[in-house]
Amino acid sequence: MLESISPLELNAIIANSPSIDQIGTLERIARIQARSIKGAAKLKGLRMALSMIDLTTLEGKDTPGKVRQLCYKAQHLHDQAADLPTVAAVCVYPTMVGVAKKALGNSGIKVASVSTAFPSGQAPFELKKLDTQYALDNGADEIDMVISRGRFLAGDYQFVYDEIAAIKALCGQARIKVIFETGELDSLDQVRRISDLAIAAGADFIKTSTGKIQPAATFPVVLTMLGAIKDHFDKTGQMIGMKPAGGISSSKLALQHLLMVKEVLGEAWLSNEWYRFGASSLANDLLMQYQKQQTGKYQSAAYFSID
Amino acid sequence: MEILKTYKLYIGGQFPRTESGRSYAVLAPNGKHLANVCQASKKDVRNAVQAARKAQASWAGKTAFNRSQIVYRIAEMLENRKVQFIEELAAMGLAQQSAEQEVQMSIDRCVYYAGWADKFQTLLGSVNPVGSSHFNFSVPEPMGVVGVVACQQTALLGLISQILPLLIGGNTVVVVANTTQPLCAISFAEVLATSDVPGGVVNILTGEVGELLPTLAGHMDVNALSIAPIDSNLQNAAQEAAIDNLKRVRIFTDPLHVKSAQGLPYIADFQEIKTTWHPVEQVAGGAGGY
Repeated sequence: MLESISPLELNAIIANSPSIDQIGTLERIARIQARSIKGAAKLKGLRMALSMIDLTTLEGKDTPGKVRQLCYKAQHLHDQAADLPTVAAVCVYPTMVGVAKKALGNSGIKVASVSTAFPSGQAPFELKKLDTQYALDNGADEIDMVISRGRFLAGDYQFVYDEIAAIKALCGQARIKVIFETGELDSLDQVRRISDLAIAAGADFIKTSTGKIQPAATFPVVLTMLGAIKDHFDKTGQMIGMKPAGGISSSKLALQHLLMVKEVLGEAWLSNEWYRFGASSLANDLLMQYQKQQTGKYQSAAYFSID
Repeated sequence: MEILKTYKLYIGGQFPRTESGRSYAVLAPNGKHLANVCQASKKDVRNAVQAARKAQASWAGKTAFNRSQIVYRIAEMLENRKVQFIEELAAMGLAQQSAEQEVQMSIDRCVYYAGWADKFQTLLGSVNPVGSSHFNFSVPEPMGVVGVVACQQTALLGLISQILPLLIGGNTVVVVANTTQPLCAISFAEVLATSDVPGGVVNILTGEVGELLPTLAGHMDVNALSIAPIDSNLQNAAQEAAIDNLKRVRIFTDPLHVKSAQGLPYIADFQEIKTTWHPVEQVAGGAGGY
């Protein structure tokens, strides 16, 4: 167990976390959403978004067969279209990590595992560590952990910090994404506060949601989190990744997210090393739009694989 | 003060303006300005097809009897608004008597197709004789989303005669209305919106056929086209654009609103026949049981 942060340092993090101007945030988003991307830029954006997807299946009914099918899709998004990128990663439950790892082989696609009693995070700390260790032992390249929202809302920041830091220490080389479940956090101020806390505790990525709670990755929430990443970068020069998850199901939304990232953080974040979309149905919509751009004809879901 | 009506599109059960923001003037034969209507664009076609696709499975999943009741309900709602439709037809140039006749025939046609809704299956389906121990039967199923270029000669009767046979068969439709006389089509959309027809089952666009038809014909998510008598160059272009997803294209050279063009054959045009082989136990020589 690594040494815990002192209450004084923790207080400083919380106290320095700025409050968010909600009206200003909404206006900035409205400006971003009013822009439209067309032609070559749109094609490039669609390809980029495809390469940033964490193709996800997180259901009680998941089976090895379903996971293998998803892994195949990750490598063959739409074989009718020449030289498409692959997705960034496949995201599954810890019990499916072994299956996914084997199915993906040396394709270069990473295996991300949710952990720490996803999605609620309501389990004893020891179990959360076992959960994470199990995923790592089976070959997970990335760990998507959930925070204890109840503790955070109750003001037990020490607990939340220690939990993130402990999982981070466990992960070693594997990158860790910290899921806030912003749909349960009530205000943008809270979102900013947990962003600062998680970054201080060692998060490689900060992630909006589990996908199990609505609302999920809304624009105000994502913009707030990007702001935290930006401030951290300006202060320390260290880059933190961002992963919106849940609710981004159309190409239009995905492109607007990319616009926002470029505007707030700059070109450096426009790669799947620093930006990811947690999604399942987004991939097909991106592919349909991509084909529309190529052929000039509106597409039908009937000609794209079911995932 | 007279409140003039804004004629808008009908997509997914809503009445949006065209996303393009364009409009055009509808004139009476004597040149009088009747109204401004939306001039729909490609993106409106896309939105309409999306709405039609979303509505299709549950519309086809309703019982035939329920679809019959809903179409009958259209007749009831039309009856209520008779006066409005007669006025609109007259404003667009029809003699009073012809206008009255057209509205009456439109109502009759709704009742006619309400009757067909749970009967055509029996006439188009069959049990087929086969030489093995199978129960072999064929049943009609809807094509899916059908693109419709409405009759350009009549404003109401043609439209109704063209879409009802598709609806009772479980299809959903995207209609390009009569370009020069579109008022009745949008008023008819108001009838649909208040007669238990679920949103998205019928979508009505007003605008240039020459602009909208190529997009509709090329759309990979449209399963069939029903094209009323229009310029043959446009019809040919639509057939070519429809090749990519092997749409069924039905092009009409004679007006559809006449009685002789109506009935079972037109319903059958937009049905796909599915044949099922169901194994049956051969208990004893010649006596199969199912």
